[in-house]
Amino acid sequence: MSTVLPPAAGGPTSPTTDPTLAEGGGTGLWKDAFRRLRRNPQAIAGAVIIGLFLLVAALAPILAPYGGEELPGRTEITPTNIPGPGELAEYPLGLDRFGGDVLSKLIWGAQASLLIGVISTAIGLVGGMLLGLLAGGLGGWVDSVIMRFVDILLSVPNLLLAVSIAAILGQGPYAVMIAIGVSQLPIFARLLRSSMLSQRGSDYILAAQTLGLSKRTITMSHLLPNSVGPVIVQATLSLATAVIDAAALSFLGLGGGVPQTAEWGRMLTYAQAELASSPYLAFLPGACIAITALGFTLLGESLREALDPKTRQK
Amino acid sequence: MLRVIGKRLALLVPTLFGLSVLLFLWVRSLPGGPATALLGERATPEAVARVNELYGFDEPLLLQYFTYMGKLLQGDFGTSIITGRPVLEEFATRFPATIELSVVALIFAIGVGIPLGYLAARHYGKLLDHGSVVLSLIGITIPVFFLAFIFKYLFAIQWPILPPDGRQDPRINATHVTDFYVLDGILTGEYDAAWDAFQHLILPGLALGTIPLAIIVRITRASVLEVQNADYVRTARAKGLMEKTIRSRFILRNAMLPVVTTIGLQTGLLISGAVLTETVFAFNGIGSFLARAIFELDYPVLQGFIIFIAILYALINLIVDVSYSVIDPRVRVQ
Repeated sequence: MSTVLPPAAGGPTSPTTDPTLAEGGGTGLWKDAFRRLRRNPQAIAGAVIIGLFLLVAALAPILAPYGGEELPGRTEITPTNIPGPGELAEYPLGLDRFGGDVLSKLIWGAQASLLIGVISTAIGLVGGMLLGLLAGGLGGWVDSVIMRFVDILLSVPNLLLAVSIAAILGQGPYAVMIAIGVSQLPIFARLLRSSMLSQRGSDYILAAQTLGLSKRTITMSHLLPNSVGPVIVQATLSLATAVIDAAALSFLGLGGGVPQTAEWGRMLTYAQAELASSPYLAFLPGACIAITALGFTLLGESLREALDPKTRQK
Repeated sequence: MLRVIGKRLALLVPTLFGLSVLLFLWVRSLPGGPATALLGERATPEAVARVNELYGFDEPLLLQYFTYMGKLLQGDFGTSIITGRPVLEEFATRFPATIELSVVALIFAIGVGIPLGYLAARHYGKLLDHGSVVLSLIGITIPVFFLAFIFKYLFAIQWPILPPDGRQDPRINATHVTDFYVLDGILTGEYDAAWDAFQHLILPGLALGTIPLAIIVRITRASVLEVQNADYVRTARAKGLMEKTIRSRFILRNAMLPVVTTIGLQTGLLISGAVLTETVFAFNGIGSFLARAIFELDYPVLQGFIIFIAILYALINLIVDVSYSVIDPRVRVQ
């Protein structure tokens, strides 16, 4: 079939549209998308990065030589000298200003960052979908009220919204999770609602209505499953933002806990003073944040391509 | 056009009203109540009682809200806990610094982003294209404060060619008329002061501009790719128009619409980036002030800032919408 159809209007719309992926049978949307993902090197790279970080996070108690807040090298540091990577055999990636083992802190930090990223995105996803479902499903004044509320949340940049929420909730990892989750809520609500509205006029909805199905059944088992695609893609991309925002919030001092808490953003806060003498204290956690975010972004964008009807030529 | 702008500004009213209610409830729902938030956790009960009376926190909520709104409408955003000066005054003295920084960041992002995105699309699938895709991916995933650290380390510490922090060398005794330091130097003829202030803007400006740059590259590239195969471009070629004309008048102009939206959105987001970038470079703008306010939980500043940003954000979006009709006459603002 692919030779008969003209290319999607406007030609290539995404960087890695691979014509060899265009073949395919009449399988379901998700199965088809999964097959395309498996053949996309970008998706594989993203999955490998995320898999690796998940593994490190899960095995942190086994992998990390020391606890996250332990200060094993307290006696090795002096105000003018912090042993760097390779200088002491027990601390392969060096020590920080508190005497903490950088390797251990990076490993525990992976756990903290992924946990915050996943939970906050889950909060945003569930809350946003609930709002979007109510707005898109019920319509009328419910829709107006919800969307005005969403507009208000959107009138402030994401990070600042998260900062203000974290400030009410007090400092701590839970505050950061809720704050980032709520700040991501509007985008999910909007996406689901607009996706549902665009599906509403479809033939299969008309068919379901003609069959006399109840409005609830149509919304829940026809409209919703067909509208979640963009929301799932956004959720994957939001994981990247959540990891970065969580680091930013901790960097600004909203993460709570003791100063030597093993959290990537926090490690960057305390790397500022020693940037000239111990740049690795900033580079290592910074690179971890960037690589994790890269993994989620690669995966999310491949998923977007795999689900995009424009690039999905059968 | 004026009517449209008026209508859009009117639509802003309910949003800002809702935001003001949320912010009002926000400060009042703080742990320990607003007085503790104002005085800090170690406040004595007498001090709390005095503040409650002074600010009317013991009055009925509705009355408190009207008092608060009345003050807001008169431009009274309260007093900063850190500095003890009016919030609005603090903003006014620091805002020029952040504007200067944002302008440098935007010039960098737009000036490099549009040509790079355009060239990537023209050389689709070639090395330049792949390079720009990878670069923009890195630009999106790297946290802005980490990037700021990298720039600072490389160009101010490892190879000290640029100043590591501040807005101007304190040894330069510059006259300030407008608080835009570069502009001040030019106006007063103190060119060395202007040059020094500009040098201080380069590293934070590049760091702040990198994320918008990455996004502008991507959007420009995707948009040009979409447009360059359009029927009207083929028609223009068939008519035998010069390639230069086709590129500038047909492809680039039509491809600019999504790019302008993106630039507008990114301009609004610069302020979040400025909070982080200014902190790393100890740049005394509105962003580093806000970071301090967050750290010390200076609620009047946070509250005032959020309203201030919401208005700014809405105005930027309005400018974007209006600029549509200039770029694309088909989009008639209704």
